[in-house]
Amino acid sequence: MTDHAADMPMPDLDAYAASAASVLGLALDPAWTEAVVANLRVLHAAAALVGGFPLPDATEAAPVYAA
Amino acid sequence: MSALPDWSLAPAADIARAVSDGTVEVREVVAAALARIARIDPAVNSFTDILGARAIARAAALDAARARGEALGPLAGVPFAVKNLFDVAGLPTRAGSRINRERAPAARDAALVRRLEAAGAVLVGALAMGEYAYDFTGENVHDGNTRNPHALGHMSGGSSGGSGAAVAAGLVPVALASDTNGSIRVPSAFCGCFGLKPTYGRLSRAGSFPFVGSLDHLGPMARSSRDLALAYDALQGPDPEDPAATSRPAEPALPDLDRGIADLRIAVAGGYFANRGDPEAFAAVARVAGALGVTGSVEIPEAARARAAAYLITAAEGAALHLDRLRERAGDFDPAVRDRLLAGAMLPAPFVERAQRFRRWYRDAVLDLFREVDVILAPATPCRAPRSGQTSFVLDGVALPVRANLGLFTQPLSFIGLPVVAVPVWLDDGLPLGVQVVAAPWNESLCLRVAHHLERAGAVRAPVAALEGAP
Repeated sequence: MTDHAADMPMPDLDAYAASAASVLGLALDPAWTEAVVANLRVLHAAAALVGGFPLPDATEAAPVYAA
Repeated sequence: MSALPDWSLAPAADIARAVSDGTVEVREVVAAALARIARIDPAVNSFTDILGARAIARAAALDAARARGEALGPLAGVPFAVKNLFDVAGLPTRAGSRINRERAPAARDAALVRRLEAAGAVLVGALAMGEYAYDFTGENVHDGNTRNPHALGHMSGGSSGGSGAAVAAGLVPVALASDTNGSIRVPSAFCGCFGLKPTYGRLSRAGSFPFVGSLDHLGPMARSSRDLALAYDALQGPDPEDPAATSRPAEPALPDLDRGIADLRIAVAGGYFANRGDPEAFAAVARVAGALGVTGSVEIPEAARARAAAYLITAAEGAALHLDRLRERAGDFDPAVRDRLLAGAMLPAPFVERAQRFRRWYRDAVLDLFREVDVILAPATPCRAPRSGQTSFVLDGVALPVRANLGLFTQPLSFIGLPVVAVPVWLDDGLPLGVQVVAAPWNESLCLRVAHHLERAGAVRAPVAALEGAP
């Protein structure tokens, strides 16, 4: 099983946050940027961990879970 | 001191029995509850709204109905309160936020409030919570922190902090709460009470303020497994007003509560669930396993990825829900919530879709485990309740932020909607810990049977907190 989590370089999330805020119509107060970027860093690591797990193409999403 | 029973501290089952057989009138029970709330809650800060006039009127109506010979229901005269994300007619549904309290008052009660009242219960108030349920601490910048009744300088846990604290402080025998990633189970553990997070889709969420639609659950908290089952049974039933609600018929748990555990295959969760916690978190699991005679273990596969995927879905769905509010009123959010939601709004869609696809794989893998076992035991939290305001702790030698990590053992289980009862364990004179009793989907009754067996064996209990100044 591959795990790319440790290998993925951390992108420039400061620049990304500024661009994404613009795209989303969000006014990002400069005082909040550091905390938002810190959270993006955590989310990016989580995405790398999940993305490192190989899934069959036929595995469908479970947006509304049915037990 | 009166020689009469203190109805404000009685179990729900005892209140219902006494009301039904005429030993006590509902108005007496409600008056005792309201008096205790007025006396105790200023120290705990669990209530945001006390509905005295409504509760007194409801009590009078129930007493009048009984005088006419009508049966009042299995929760006759039982006071209860609800996390303030449940609609309560006449109140704006604040969901712990500053922004929502400007909403118009709810026109009618949430579905589960109506179901408890249809069973004879009496709503006495709305309870504090972390803003928009994005919280594990019970802290709230708008309403003040809810304090742990067993140690007022410590966190109640969250986001259903008011629910856990009100039950543990003996203010109500039953409270309703929500759990998206652990928000029933974390405060149950920290406040030392029982909490049920049912199977995803089991209980209607109609009339409650959402957080993450694909992960949101509602459920009860109580001071005994019997009261938990009593409330749960009254809450069940399909509801077309909740798109995720099951069409399965109600499956009452109370009739099986005393069946024991002889026919159950029970194992302790190893691997992920046996690391990243304080030793006492695992000692609590060992205490419960010992009381059940359990020696085997199972490994839930890829639990760390499951938690990561739940984290991503939560951030993205929560942000999507609040996007307009983030655009227009970001400064009115709790900063700790706002910063996470802003980051969640920026998550690329493929990351979230991948997490949802992983969820499907993980669900299938975990359901396979339930071919071998009926019940799995796991810690509820990695530690006892941290001090109020504490922002970091050390787990397995690694310094981590408290807020993001209190749910590391709860998230991988709610991620696929498994039913869980959190049971309270007291290892010593210190604060309690919680153990999750987990079953396959739709098997809440097994979780409740195990909880009840443990309670009868003396391995778990939910005492009313001995609060200073309280009788």
